[in-house]
Amino acid sequence: MRKKAYRPDVDVPEWKGRYVPYDIIKEGTIALVVVAILTVALAVVFSSPDEKAITIKTWSNADPIDFAKTAVSELDGTSGVAHYGAPYNHGGPAQGLGFLSPEKWVGVRIAINTATDFVLNPLEAQPTQPALHAALTQWASASSTTQSSWTSAYASADAKMTFTGDHVNVPTHAAGPVPVLINDLTMMARSGALDQALVTQNGFYTTNYTKPLLFLSDGTYLAGLANKQHLGGDQWGMMNETGSWPGQAWLWLYTFWYQVSPYNSSKSGDFMVFGTMMVLTALLVAVPFIPGLRSVPRRIKIYRLIWREHYRESED
Amino acid sequence: MAQGWGLGALINLNHYGHYLQWHVFSISVANLLVIIVMIATFVAALVAPFPGRRNRKGPQ
Amino acid sequence: MSTDIDRQWTSRLRRSVVAKLPPDKLLPDTQPAYVASWIYVFGVTTMAALGVVIATGCILALDGPQWWHSSSLGHFVNSLHLWSVEIFFFAMVIHLWGKFAMAAWRGGRSLTWVTGAITFMVSILTAFTGYVSQTNFDSQWIATQAKDGINSTGGGAFFNVLNLGQMLMWHIVLLPIGAVLLTVLHVVMVRVKGVVPPIVETVELSA
Repeated sequence: MRKKAYRPDVDVPEWKGRYVPYDIIKEGTIALVVVAILTVALAVVFSSPDEKAITIKTWSNADPIDFAKTAVSELDGTSGVAHYGAPYNHGGPAQGLGFLSPEKWVGVRIAINTATDFVLNPLEAQPTQPALHAALTQWASASSTTQSSWTSAYASADAKMTFTGDHVNVPTHAAGPVPVLINDLTMMARSGALDQALVTQNGFYTTNYTKPLLFLSDGTYLAGLANKQHLGGDQWGMMNETGSWPGQAWLWLYTFWYQVSPYNSSKSGDFMVFGTMMVLTALLVAVPFIPGLRSVPRRIKIYRLIWREHYRESED
Repeated sequence: MAQGWGLGALINLNHYGHYLQWHVFSISVANLLVIIVMIATFVAALVAPFPGRRNRKGPQ
Repeated sequence: MSTDIDRQWTSRLRRSVVAKLPPDKLLPDTQPAYVASWIYVFGVTTMAALGVVIATGCILALDGPQWWHSSSLGHFVNSLHLWSVEIFFFAMVIHLWGKFAMAAWRGGRSLTWVTGAITFMVSILTAFTGYVSQTNFDSQWIATQAKDGINSTGGGAFFNVLNLGQMLMWHIVLLPIGAVLLTVLHVVMVRVKGVVPPIVETVELSA
């Protein structure tokens, strides 16, 4: 019987050398004690970050105009979420590469209609106010053409939007009920009632913040705060942390791709980054099976340093 | 910002971080330190003499 | 004489476990002499850090996900949890570099490498779900950013990072179970095969 050739990156000769005493339980105990002490020391010295969550109330009080403009975009379907596509709605093109578009295959699973979910439903949940009630009825009974003529009249004037005397003012008379809807939603937001209305659409108990988070993400306020903290996607934000704490440094490669072309300019950038990382991950997992890659350790020769005692002994 | 500092933070990190920028590369000083310490630990683990391995010519 | 007892599933399982992993392999009292470098301590350090991560996570669980915002003790336990995670990844990455440098997959140990690499990935996912379960500004921002990456794969429809309840369950139940099982599997494989011997470029075949 012919023996298979010896492959130094795959095979090992049987160890016939010495064995030395080794106390595995002692080693584990020492490691646990050292790590526990180090953890306590680091926690005492550096503590940990806890930047308070923002609410729609904080947002609309800090920047009522950004909030009101975002609300208009939710109502007229021009916001980021309204245009998102799967899994929220049919509003936008799915990411993909060639025929590969899992986002599209999965379809709409977490249905979000920004006009009804973010604007109309919360307003309808308000206690009856004659002006608001009339505005909601006028909106509901109008054709979609009329609705869009109102919203576009409002949107084209909203560059001149002001917020004075606790009121959102936009210089237009062609916007039908939209000024009332947007103003009332802004008031509702500033009182904190919108935060509640967005989560209680799921019922009394809730642990799902999809709607308020999506709404927040459509404004510029959340992103503005994040960019100040270097958390933006184009700021290597994925590996950064609020304050001066270290972040998820192990995500350096994932976030790297978002900084370079074509990933940072493609509409399917997220999908391409994910795909690239899956290929690289598969390579890491499969190192033992990939000729060439599995020879790298033998070529870089760090092992000579690790086992220097052994090689010195065996060459003696 | 964070509440409840009763038991913590001899060094206060609760302020905007410092960032280093070089071409497309950007890294917080905190992350850079972690990575430098990691590499230093790796190198130290390779070169530091390991104790308790005397008796090299001992019986097989 | 093969008895009925010998043919029992239980007896067969015990025989095969004891044959593959006898007690002196599971808890060895000696090591081959080549195991003599500080690089070997990073595997056990990673496991120790995992233990501290789980212990501190259990303390955080006692009073619910928002306790740490309002209690200074809670905040301190959160700090312990965070720093043990930093140590965990710190040690795990050095362990990975070290095992790569040793080509530790040799001698029928490729699945040990594979389970280790998968444990690394599962750990990253576990940490990520922790970051989005913090119920603070950080989690709001990370969730709204990460949704785009996950949605682009189609996964966002089933793994909704904006759903706190779902993320918290993954973080404190499903993924820790996965990470611990993978770690156990990884360590059992290391014990079964033993620590990889030094690289030998050529062997002289005895004729």
